[in-house]
Amino acid sequence: MANATVDAKGLNCPMPIVKTAQAIKAIASGETVEVLATDPGSAKDFAAWSKTTGNVIVEQSVDGGVYRFVLRKK
Amino acid sequence: MTAETTVPADAEPHPQGIAIILFSGDLEKTWAAMILASTSASLGMTTKVFVTFWGLQTFVRPEKRITGTNWMQKMLAFMARPGIKYRKMSQMHFLGMGPWMMGKLAKKYGVSSPAELLEVAQMMGVEFVPCLMTMDMFGLTSNDLIDGLGEPVGAASYLADVASGLAPIFI
Repeated sequence: MANATVDAKGLNCPMPIVKTAQAIKAIASGETVEVLATDPGSAKDFAAWSKTTGNVIVEQSVDGGVYRFVLRKK
Repeated sequence: MTAETTVPADAEPHPQGIAIILFSGDLEKTWAAMILASTSASLGMTTKVFVTFWGLQTFVRPEKRITGTNWMQKMLAFMARPGIKYRKMSQMHFLGMGPWMMGKLAKKYGVSSPAELLEVAQMMGVEFVPCLMTMDMFGLTSNDLIDGLGEPVGAASYLADVASGLAPIFI
Protein backbone atom coordinates (compact mmCIF):
# COMPACT_ATOMS: atom_id res chain seq x y z
CA MET A 1 0.00 0.00 0.00
CA ALA A 2 1.45 3.33 -1.06
CA ASN A 3 1.90 6.14 1.45
CA ALA A 4 0.16 8.63 -0.85
CA THR A 5 -1.83 8.64 -4.08
CA VAL A 6 -1.76 11.17 -6.90
CA ASP A 7 -4.77 11.09 -9.20
CA ALA A 8 -3.53 12.90 -12.29
CA LYS A 9 -6.12 11.39 -14.63
CA GLY A 10 -7.25 13.92 -17.23
CA LEU A 11 -4.27 16.18 -16.62
CA ASN A 12 -1.83 16.95 -19.39
CA CYS A 13 1.90 17.65 -19.42
CA PRO A 14 3.48 18.78 -17.13
CA MET A 15 0.92 18.44 -14.31
CA PRO A 16 1.22 14.67 -13.62
CA ILE A 17 4.95 15.16 -12.98
CA VAL A 18 4.44 18.39 -11.03
CA LYS A 19 1.78 16.86 -8.77
CA THR A 20 3.94 13.79 -8.25
CA ALA A 21 6.94 15.94 -7.30
CA GLN A 22 4.78 17.74 -4.74
CA ALA A 23 3.58 14.42 -3.29
CA ILE A 24 7.14 13.07 -3.15
CA LYS A 25 8.22 16.19 -1.29
CA ALA A 26 5.62 15.51 1.39
CA ILE A 27 6.70 11.93 2.19
CA ALA A 28 9.79 10.48 3.85
CA SER A 29 12.67 8.70 2.17
CA GLY A 30 11.78 5.08 1.39
CA GLU A 31 8.03 5.77 1.33
CA THR A 32 6.00 5.35 -1.84
CA VAL A 33 3.53 7.29 -3.98
CA GLU A 34 1.00 5.71 -6.32
CA VAL A 35 0.29 7.78 -9.43
CA LEU A 36 -2.60 7.36 -11.86
CA ALA A 37 -2.34 9.27 -15.13
CA THR A 38 -3.94 9.28 -18.57
CA ASP A 39 -1.34 11.46 -20.30
CA PRO A 40 0.10 9.13 -22.98
CA GLY A 41 3.49 10.79 -22.47
CA SER A 42 3.56 9.49 -18.89
CA ALA A 43 5.63 6.35 -19.48
CA LYS A 44 8.53 8.28 -20.98
CA ASP A 45 8.18 11.32 -18.73
CA PHE A 46 8.15 9.33 -15.50
CA ALA A 47 11.21 7.36 -16.65
CA ALA A 48 13.01 10.68 -17.27
CA TRP A 49 11.84 12.06 -13.94
CA SER A 50 13.08 8.92 -12.13
CA LYS A 51 16.43 9.08 -13.89
CA THR A 52 16.95 12.74 -12.97
CA THR A 53 15.64 12.72 -9.41
CA GLY A 54 16.89 9.26 -8.39
CA ASN A 55 13.44 8.29 -7.10
CA VAL A 56 12.65 4.71 -8.12
CA ILE A 57 9.82 3.35 -10.26
CA VAL A 58 8.88 0.26 -8.26
CA GLU A 59 5.84 -0.75 -10.31
CA GLN A 60 4.49 0.33 -13.64
CA SER A 61 1.43 -0.82 -15.56
CA VAL A 62 -1.18 0.43 -18.00
CA ASP A 63 -4.83 -0.57 -18.00
CA GLY A 64 -7.39 0.86 -20.40
CA GLY A 65 -5.43 4.05 -21.04
CA VAL A 66 -4.69 4.63 -17.34
CA TYR A 67 -1.02 4.51 -16.45
CA ARG A 68 -0.19 3.44 -12.91
CA PHE A 69 3.15 3.99 -11.27
CA VAL A 70 4.39 3.23 -7.79
CA LEU A 71 7.35 5.44 -6.98
CA ARG A 72 9.70 5.16 -4.04
CA LYS A 73 11.38 8.25 -2.68
CA LYS A 74 15.16 8.19 -2.69
CA MET B 1 5.74 -7.35 -8.57
CA THR B 2 7.61 -6.02 -11.55
CA ALA B 3 11.31 -5.44 -11.96
CA GLU B 4 12.56 -2.20 -10.49
CA THR B 5 13.62 0.47 -12.94
CA THR B 6 16.40 2.60 -11.61
CA VAL B 7 19.56 4.36 -12.67
CA PRO B 8 22.82 2.44 -12.29
CA ALA B 9 24.78 3.25 -9.15
CA ASP B 10 27.66 4.70 -11.14
CA ALA B 11 25.34 7.18 -12.86
CA GLU B 12 24.35 9.18 -9.79
CA PRO B 13 22.08 11.93 -11.12
CA HIS B 14 23.50 15.43 -11.02
CA PRO B 15 20.62 17.77 -11.72
CA GLN B 16 22.06 21.22 -11.96
CA GLY B 17 19.38 23.47 -13.22
CA ILE B 18 18.20 26.01 -15.71
CA ALA B 19 18.26 29.78 -15.93
CA ILE B 20 15.46 30.99 -18.20
CA ILE B 21 15.41 34.49 -19.63
CA LEU B 22 11.75 35.30 -20.16
CA PHE B 23 12.02 38.20 -22.60
CA SER B 24 8.67 37.81 -24.33
CA GLY B 25 5.26 38.80 -22.99
CA ASP B 26 3.43 36.68 -25.57
CA LEU B 27 0.92 34.17 -24.25
CA GLU B 28 2.47 31.12 -25.91
CA LYS B 29 6.00 31.93 -24.87
CA THR B 30 4.95 32.75 -21.32
CA TRP B 31 3.17 29.39 -21.26
CA ALA B 32 6.28 27.55 -22.47
CA ALA B 33 8.40 29.27 -19.82
CA MET B 34 5.94 28.31 -17.06
CA ILE B 35 5.82 24.68 -18.25
CA LEU B 36 9.62 24.45 -18.27
CA ALA B 37 10.01 26.21 -14.92
CA SER B 38 7.46 24.04 -13.07
CA THR B 39 8.77 20.84 -14.65
CA SER B 40 12.37 21.72 -13.90
CA ALA B 41 11.48 22.29 -10.25
CA SER B 42 9.65 18.94 -10.28
CA LEU B 43 12.85 17.28 -11.46
CA GLY B 44 14.60 18.72 -8.43
CA MET B 45 16.64 21.13 -10.54
CA THR B 46 17.58 24.63 -9.45
CA THR B 47 15.31 26.89 -11.47
CA LYS B 48 15.56 30.61 -12.03
CA VAL B 49 13.56 32.78 -14.39
CA PHE B 50 15.04 36.18 -15.18
CA VAL B 51 12.15 38.36 -16.39
CA THR B 52 13.03 41.22 -18.67
CA PHE B 53 11.56 43.61 -21.28
CA TRP B 54 8.03 42.45 -22.23
CA GLY B 55 8.40 39.44 -19.96
CA LEU B 56 8.35 41.75 -16.97
CA GLN B 57 4.82 42.92 -17.90
CA THR B 58 3.62 39.44 -16.92
CA PHE B 59 4.77 40.10 -13.35
CA VAL B 60 3.28 43.58 -12.95
CA ARG B 61 0.22 43.54 -10.69
CA PRO B 62 -2.82 43.29 -13.00
CA GLU B 63 -4.66 46.05 -11.11
CA LYS B 64 -1.82 48.50 -11.90
CA ARG B 65 -3.10 49.99 -15.12
CA ILE B 66 -0.87 53.06 -15.21
CA THR B 67 2.70 52.71 -14.07
CA GLY B 68 5.76 54.90 -14.51
CA THR B 69 6.50 58.54 -13.87
CA ASN B 70 6.71 60.14 -17.32
CA TRP B 71 4.12 60.19 -20.12
CA MET B 72 5.93 57.64 -22.29
CA GLN B 73 6.13 55.09 -19.47
CA LYS B 74 2.49 55.75 -18.62
CA MET B 75 1.39 55.42 -22.21
CA LEU B 76 3.29 52.15 -22.73
CA ALA B 77 1.71 50.80 -19.53
CA PHE B 78 -1.73 51.85 -20.74
CA MET B 79 -1.25 50.14 -24.12
CA ALA B 80 -0.14 46.79 -22.67
CA ARG B 81 -2.34 45.28 -20.00
CA PRO B 82 -0.07 43.69 -17.37
CA GLY B 83 -0.47 40.39 -15.54
CA ILE B 84 -0.22 36.73 -16.51
CA LYS B 85 -3.95 36.46 -17.27
CA TYR B 86 -3.80 39.18 -19.93
CA ARG B 87 -1.08 37.90 -22.23
CA LYS B 88 -1.74 38.33 -25.93
CA MET B 89 -0.95 35.81 -28.61
CA SER B 90 1.91 36.62 -30.98
CA GLN B 91 -0.32 35.68 -33.89
CA MET B 92 -4.02 34.91 -34.38
CA HIS B 93 -4.86 37.13 -31.43
CA PHE B 94 -8.00 38.49 -33.17
CA LEU B 95 -9.05 40.89 -30.40
CA GLY B 96 -8.82 38.16 -27.80
CA MET B 97 -10.57 35.38 -29.74
CA GLY B 98 -7.27 33.49 -30.06
CA PRO B 99 -6.46 33.41 -26.33
CA TRP B 100 -10.09 32.60 -25.51
CA MET B 101 -10.01 29.56 -27.79
CA MET B 102 -6.59 28.54 -26.44
CA GLY B 103 -8.02 28.71 -22.92
CA LYS B 104 -11.02 26.59 -23.91
CA LEU B 105 -8.80 24.00 -25.61
CA ALA B 106 -6.41 23.92 -22.65
CA LYS B 107 -9.29 23.20 -20.30
CA LYS B 108 -10.69 20.51 -22.60
CA TYR B 109 -7.34 18.74 -22.81
CA GLY B 110 -6.31 19.09 -19.19
CA VAL B 111 -3.54 21.63 -19.83
CA SER B 112 -2.91 23.97 -16.90
CA SER B 113 -3.03 27.71 -17.61
CA PRO B 114 0.08 29.91 -17.37
CA ALA B 115 -1.35 31.45 -14.18
CA GLU B 116 -1.82 28.02 -12.57
CA LEU B 117 1.68 26.96 -13.58
CA LEU B 118 3.17 30.18 -12.22
CA GLU B 119 1.50 29.57 -8.87
CA VAL B 120 2.78 25.99 -8.76
CA ALA B 121 6.28 27.07 -9.86
CA GLN B 122 6.49 29.67 -7.10
CA MET B 123 5.22 27.13 -4.58
CA MET B 124 7.94 24.71 -5.67
CA GLY B 125 10.71 27.22 -5.17
CA VAL B 126 11.28 28.57 -8.68
CA GLU B 127 12.90 31.97 -8.32
CA PHE B 128 11.50 34.69 -10.58
CA VAL B 129 13.96 37.55 -10.79
CA PRO B 130 13.00 40.95 -12.23
CA CYS B 131 15.45 42.79 -14.45
CA LEU B 132 16.44 46.01 -12.72
CA MET B 133 17.19 47.82 -15.97
CA THR B 134 13.72 47.06 -17.38
CA MET B 135 12.15 48.26 -14.13
CA ASP B 136 14.07 51.53 -14.44
CA MET B 137 13.22 52.03 -18.10
CA PHE B 138 9.51 51.40 -17.55
CA GLY B 139 9.45 53.34 -14.28
CA LEU B 140 8.42 50.29 -12.22
CA THR B 141 9.06 49.83 -8.52
CA SER B 142 8.88 46.59 -6.51
CA ASN B 143 5.41 47.73 -5.35
CA ASP B 144 4.19 47.48 -8.94
CA LEU B 145 5.24 43.80 -9.15
CA ILE B 146 3.48 40.70 -7.83
CA ASP B 147 4.58 39.15 -4.54
CA GLY B 148 7.24 36.49 -4.17
CA LEU B 149 9.75 37.72 -6.73
CA GLY B 150 13.50 37.77 -6.13
CA GLU B 151 15.66 40.82 -5.64
CA PRO B 152 15.87 42.78 -8.94
CA VAL B 153 19.27 42.29 -10.59
CA GLY B 154 21.16 43.02 -13.80
CA ALA B 155 22.56 40.92 -16.65
CA ALA B 156 25.77 40.12 -14.77
CA SER B 157 23.83 38.26 -12.09
CA TYR B 158 22.07 36.17 -14.74
CA LEU B 159 25.37 35.37 -16.44
CA ALA B 160 26.94 34.45 -13.11
CA ASP B 161 24.19 31.83 -12.72
CA VAL B 162 25.03 30.49 -16.17
CA ALA B 163 28.75 30.50 -15.35
CA SER B 164 28.05 28.51 -12.20
CA GLY B 165 26.37 25.73 -14.19
CA LEU B 166 22.73 26.62 -14.85
CA ALA B 167 21.76 25.97 -18.47
CA PRO B 168 20.66 29.16 -20.23
CA ILE B 169 17.30 29.24 -22.01
CA PHE B 170 16.07 32.35 -23.82
CA ILE B 171 12.32 32.66 -24.37
